[in-house]
Amino acid sequence: MCLGIPGRIVAITNSSAKLATVDVLGVQREINIACVLGENETVADCIGAWVLVHVGFAMSRIDEREAELTLQLLHELGEAQAEARTMREGAMP
Amino acid sequence: MTQSGMKFVDEFRDPHAARVLLRELELSIERLGATPGKPLQIMEVCGGHTHAIFRYALKDLVPPALEFVHGPGCPVCVLPMGRVDDCVAIARRPEVIFTTFGDAMRVPGSQMSLLQARAEGADVRMVYSPLDALALAEANPTREVVFFGLGFETTMPSTALTVLDAERRGIRNFSLFCNHITIVPTIKAILDSPGMGIHGFLGPGHVAMVIGTAPFEFIANEYKRPLVVAGFEPIDILHSLLMVLRQLEAGEAKIENQYARLVDPDGNRVALEAITRVFELREFFEWRGLGSIDHSGVRMRAAYARFDAEKKFAIPNVRIADPKSCQCGEVLKGAIKPFQCKVFGRACTPQTPLGALMVSSEGACAAYYQYARRSHIETAA
Ligand code: SF4
Repeated sequence: MCLGIPGRIVAITNSSAKLATVDVLGVQREINIACVLGENETVADCIGAWVLVHVGFAMSRIDEREAELTLQLLHELGEAQAEARTMREGAMP
Repeated sequence: MTQSGMKFVDEFRDPHAARVLLRELELSIERLGATPGKPLQIMEVCGGHTHAIFRYALKDLVPPALEFVHGPGCPVCVLPMGRVDDCVAIARRPEVIFTTFGDAMRVPGSQMSLLQARAEGADVRMVYSPLDALALAEANPTREVVFFGLGFETTMPSTALTVLDAERRGIRNFSLFCNHITIVPTIKAILDSPGMGIHGFLGPGHVAMVIGTAPFEFIANEYKRPLVVAGFEPIDILHSLLMVLRQLEAGEAKIENQYARLVDPDGNRVALEAITRVFELREFFEWRGLGSIDHSGVRMRAAYARFDAEKKFAIPNVRIADPKSCQCGEVLKGAIKPFQCKVFGRACTPQTPLGALMVSSEGACAAYYQYARRSHIETAA
């Protein structure tokens, strides 16, 4: 829960609400990216960016190498697949 | 720069670099005069670090005169029984859909866990994000959706922003049962506890990513203990340990940032603004094993009362003492090791947790149980 998981922003779903689609290990879901937007940045500027995602919120920009490193760490801790599964399942309304 | 990702990973996993760091640690410990009988105690505050320390067997790799004390940094682990009972009471209301992170489902209450409450008919659902809970509220306008918010400053922004989103979208059947806790007063309580023998700290990387490094300054200024904000790679942890020891050797106490590639010393502005808007400090908050700690939790401000489950529902709010056989408090303070608890591995296992430290893989007891047993099996094989 606390380590977060790296993902790549692949699409914008609602720019006023700062929502985007992120791809985490092939799982795509909507997350909030308000915390990683720079002062003069638009949501669209973030497409392609790697971010660290905590419970549905991008909390930090990271570079691709950091992303790879963190994914490997989570994999070795046995948390990567579980996190991706939870992301996919969430709660279906 | 066309350095491939793989190469970078290798740098961080470089056994040579690890060996150099371990050798430096050994020399530093020698100079500091620590011995296995009188070890240097370094507390890792964050449960994520605890997990990594076990996974990579760092505690067996570092010199025996260096001892990790596993801190209270697993938010699920420190949840008191009374709060779980409150969750169960809310979840059992027929109009309520109670949503929670999966980790919290198995934490024992005085009567039952949320998982057991669900088996008995309560509508408890596991979500990945508070955003999922808000979506559930929107999709079920005749129900009351309650999100069980827990965690340190790492998850606080997510619930604060979700509440602000609920307000913006006028969703009225959503509320937050706020059990967020804040790490700084808790470190202070540990520093104030009698017999405290901790020489230095590895600081929680992702909490610092949100709040910055300034809130930790008092540890250096008032308590003269070094703290190094650390990343989660094995090399990060070893490097941070060495930074702590170097300070001790120089007779210094400073807050340093080993995880600068992610942690801005000022923290995250948007996240901090959302937190301050929605939450205020409670006078005190109850922790499992540690008792009541002043200003260690947050509640929702009056302006957001209509999204506050504590205001919306009658909450029993009964304080339940930890079971007598549990020694979670002593483990959290570093006074005993998990396997020294009388019920460890007997009455208390990850399948049947008595204490919360056995529930999540970030809890010290579950980590000992999982990894100590595994290494035992590996050596036997
Ligand atoms: S073994 Fe169980 S009861 Fe004992 S300290 Fe660990 S979690 Fe608590």
